[in-house]
Amino acid sequence: MYLLEINPLVLPDIGLVFWNTIAFIILFVVLKKMAWKPMLKAIHDRESGIEEALSKAEKMKAEMTALANENEALLHKAREERAVLIKEAKEQSDRMIAEAKEKAKSEYDRIVADAQVAINQQKNAALTDVKNQVGALVIEVSEKILRKELSNKAEQENYIKQLAEDVKLN
Amino acid sequence: MSRSMKSLLVLAFSLLTLLFSSQSFANNQADTTVNKATEQEQVTGSENNHNGEEKFNVSKTILEHIRNDYSWHLWGHTSIPLPVILYSDKGLEVFSSSKLSNEHHEPVIYQGNYAYKNIDGKIKVVNEDGTVNQELNKKVWDFSFTKNVAALFISIILLCAIFITAASAYKKRGVTSAPKGLQSFMEPVVLFMRDEVVKPAIGHKYNKYLPFILTIFFIILINNLLGLVPFFPGGANVSGNIAFTMTLAIFVFIVVNLNGNKSYWEHIFWMPGMHWSMKIFLAPIELLGVFIKPISLFIRLFANMTAGHILVLSLICLIFIFKSIFTSIVAVPFAVFIGLIEVLVAFIQAFIFAMLSSMYIGMAIEEHHHHGDHEPHYNEGDEA
Repeated sequence: MYLLEINPLVLPDIGLVFWNTIAFIILFVVLKKMAWKPMLKAIHDRESGIEEALSKAEKMKAEMTALANENEALLHKAREERAVLIKEAKEQSDRMIAEAKEKAKSEYDRIVADAQVAINQQKNAALTDVKNQVGALVIEVSEKILRKELSNKAEQENYIKQLAEDVKLN
Repeated sequence: MSRSMKSLLVLAFSLLTLLFSSQSFANNQADTTVNKATEQEQVTGSENNHNGEEKFNVSKTILEHIRNDYSWHLWGHTSIPLPVILYSDKGLEVFSSSKLSNEHHEPVIYQGNYAYKNIDGKIKVVNEDGTVNQELNKKVWDFSFTKNVAALFISIILLCAIFITAASAYKKRGVTSAPKGLQSFMEPVVLFMRDEVVKPAIGHKYNKYLPFILTIFFIILINNLLGLVPFFPGGANVSGNIAFTMTLAIFVFIVVNLNGNKSYWEHIFWMPGMHWSMKIFLAPIELLGVFIKPISLFIRLFANMTAGHILVLSLICLIFIFKSIFTSIVAVPFAVFIGLIEVLVAFIQAFIFAMLSSMYIGMAIEEHHHHGDHEPHYNEGDEA
């Protein structure tokens, strides 16, 4: 106690404690209401905003990646499909060409065969016709000749005689 | 002259200490630094004052500079008188501090309800012969609006202005834009206090205590810094006054113990996980700890700030001890150096006070999940 009395430096005086209490309470109330609350709230808001934006961006990125992957897969699939389609189409066209060729060939063969048949038929018909006409002409000519030769009786009898002689010879 | 010169003094004084160290250590090894300093200065003083000039009393000068005062000395013979408020059994009385001194700035007796005189910076009731009347002195309560109180209110106005401006910027500029000006200057400090001090120490309930810790931190910081300014409105040694630090520590004490949970009190009076004899042994120690924690808080801050001021003042006083302007060549740079260290100390001490306060709060409100676990869970909140 003696030491405390000789050094006023370490002896807290009641007046300053009193004023300090008032001052601190005032400061605390004022700052809490008008400074800390809006300030901390704003900082908190900003932080949560940033956090939200970041997580959103992250999500976006993930989505984008997923989308890209999907696109890639789709593209790949499309490519495969295209290849298959092309292959199929080619096969089909080849087959069609082959078919068409075959068909054409068979048709051609058939047409050629038909034509030959028709040609033969017409040839035969023409030949028959020619034969008939030649026969008719021959008959007509021989008839005319016979008629001329056998126009008098003597000649007829002569001819008969000749014929009869031929027959006898046989 | 005071602060920058003080700084000078500190430097020169340290050199002096070296010069006279053998002498000093021989005389009194157990003395405190301040006393040692005083003695040496008196030795030098008497050596330099053979021609009969008035003796320059260093320790008196220094103590006058760091103690509280009833008026605010500005320069030369100009000072602002502040109201003296006394409460005694005869009632409340208020008068100007200018009535306590005459035109030569010497203390005179003022006849109020009692005869008052300013003796070494404190108002005392004196007898007719000029001696202190101890009996009547105890009846008088001194609530004067002193220099430190005035400085405290100035710092409070400053703090309010700074932070209300900073906070209004959020309203004006919104939360999406980057902070600017004062706002950008204060926000990192507030964020640092929140993220590095309060959050780790208190845990997930930090939001409740954050305004309190922030207020404590900034009131100490601004008073530490204003205390380093040698002229008005600085110059009052508020944070180096034990009443100021004690009041803050009392607030911390109240907050800690009002919010202490069951496990906090259990750990004080009936330490879990110990043998019963150990529990009985530990209880008084822990109980003592409840008081020692805030006491260490306020003594640390008081001692640090006071020591810094004394150091700077001592260096400046060197010039007056040697009565040579050339002493300043050594004293001034050294005082500037110490002054810079003091700026650092101003921040560090405010930070330490705030950090320890939040740690004490954190220890009082932490929840123990398992018995026999005495590791502090400072980071519990982060996990939760």
